[in-house]
Amino acid sequence: MADINEIIKEENLVYSKSKILTDNIMSYCPGCTHGVVHKLVAEVIEEMNIQEKTIGVCPVGCSVLAYKFLNIDIQQASHGRAPAVATAVARLKPDKYVFTYQGDGDLASIGTGEIIHACNRGENIVVIFINNGIYGMTGGQMAPTSLIGMPTSTSPYGRDAKLAGNPLKITELIAQLPGTTFVTRQAAHTPAAVRKCKKAILKAFENVGNKKGTSFIEVVSTCSSGWKLSPVKSNEWMVEHMLPFYQLGDLKDE
Amino acid sequence: MADYRLMKGNEVIAEAAIRYGCDGYFGYPITPQSEIMETLMVRKPWEETGMVVLQAESEIAAINMVYGGAACGKKVMTSSSSPGISLKQEGISYIAGAELPCVIVNVVRGGPGLGTIQPGQSDYFQAVKGGGHGDYRLIVIAPASVQEMNDFVGLGFDLAFKYRNPVMILSDGVIGQMMEKVQLGEFKPRWTDEEIIKMNGSWATTGKTSDRERNIITSLELDSSRQEKFNHKLIEKYKTISEKEVRFEKIACDDAEYLFIAYGSSSRICQKAIEIAREKGIKVGLLRPITLFPFPTKQIQAMLKQVKGILTVEMSAGQMIEDVRLAVEGKVPVEHFGRLGGMIPSPNEAVQALEDQIIKGK
Repeated sequence: MADINEIIKEENLVYSKSKILTDNIMSYCPGCTHGVVHKLVAEVIEEMNIQEKTIGVCPVGCSVLAYKFLNIDIQQASHGRAPAVATAVARLKPDKYVFTYQGDGDLASIGTGEIIHACNRGENIVVIFINNGIYGMTGGQMAPTSLIGMPTSTSPYGRDAKLAGNPLKITELIAQLPGTTFVTRQAAHTPAAVRKCKKAILKAFENVGNKKGTSFIEVVSTCSSGWKLSPVKSNEWMVEHMLPFYQLGDLKDE
Repeated sequence: MADYRLMKGNEVIAEAAIRYGCDGYFGYPITPQSEIMETLMVRKPWEETGMVVLQAESEIAAINMVYGGAACGKKVMTSSSSPGISLKQEGISYIAGAELPCVIVNVVRGGPGLGTIQPGQSDYFQAVKGGGHGDYRLIVIAPASVQEMNDFVGLGFDLAFKYRNPVMILSDGVIGQMMEKVQLGEFKPRWTDEEIIKMNGSWATTGKTSDRERNIITSLELDSSRQEKFNHKLIEKYKTISEKEVRFEKIACDDAEYLFIAYGSSSRICQKAIEIAREKGIKVGLLRPITLFPFPTKQIQAMLKQVKGILTVEMSAGQMIEDVRLAVEGKVPVEHFGRLGGMIPSPNEAVQALEDQIIKGK
């Protein structure tokens, strides 16, 4: 076996953790998509060399703790209100790269008003929208995005449209708003998907630099703990059930 | 040269904000305070000072915009009236919990519910005792004139940044809507980004530079022992504020045998009531709390050597009276006189109440 000192030589280095990620142990469950998307956001900030110019806004949800993991100035926001918070940051500090990082319970339920209006005003921000069809932090309750028939702790017999309405494709709504410039739906369950997702995040941050308005990236995600499935099974379930309904691809790219 | 104008209280809030170097105003229309945002939109301060003015989609969005701006170390504010202030309470609690400076103007109308669009003072409890969830205090200042609507914008920002605490200007529909002579302040330039970093860079999210750790604005602490420690830190701050920032005014108190205690527009009514009462030979004075938190408890106690009874006059069912009674500790009678639902007490009614409830009631 090669000597470890030989392996870690600079010229042999093919990959390293982004400097924008802290050494804090992530609180996300094994298999959770947050870890991957955090890494992608960190890499984009590092590659664009905008650590000094980036301000993140992370509202209530599992990712409310993002400030522990991302080495940038971050504001923790109340449930659903990150787009309003980010609106003020972007307007008062127009030279900064401002992004929100929101879950589906946050963005598509309690914060519907704030996201629609921030996007409609075309605030110059990036919105990263993690959609796992469930409230992860509070223990797997039904979200507006939960699929018909999907069992959750508040729809234990599966979501019934008569009782709880239909799953909300909020990204399709967002794409109609003239304030948005780039609206896309991505995933992060395979190496190819991760690479495409990173490209989308990069484009979104570049759009902010070019003052193009709101860029909105939905990442269809898994929640192994909430779905009560192993990480591998979660990915399979997502491909089989989530992706046919939440189809991947760009909805708008101007 | 002094700049005198005849202006509405609400208009003056807008003008004072521009002149004091406010960075951002975020509001939502509601009677009787809509002139604040209307005046700003007419004045277009973004062309003059670069101040951001934005009509938000809701009261909730507006207060969260204030959170975002304040977290960047900017001088930001919002205004509303009672039902709108209720909607902002979650955001206010977060602002207090994250220790952010800002100014919130409440031009109070009668409640509860949608209530009336006429003046009220029925938000005293909400402003002074909390309003949102958790153990926190706002610094609450109560203007009694259009001039104070002007002066308290600057005072509000000064106190907010001194203590990193939200400040509420608790006005009412009378002060907001009435016109009076006002001396406007000098123009103060907005803080530059360098000044903000110099003054607030140790905590505000101004962009992480290589010479410092990242700044995090949060009101979340999952470790209970650390949250308790933080709660004690807040309590200490409120204690310091209570010791150092009490403001009040005394009128005709030197020989007073009876005392009105009233704030805001009720205190103006009491000034006329004092004239009427003194013509009748009743020696009554007025103690006007200017800060409602911190409350002038010691100043009220100091009056107990000379007064035989106290009447609080409020446009509410009796809210501030609880703090007066806590100060008085039963040593002299304390009674309440108020009109409700947007009705304004007349000076004669106040004198009658003093005679009936305090002098004859004794």
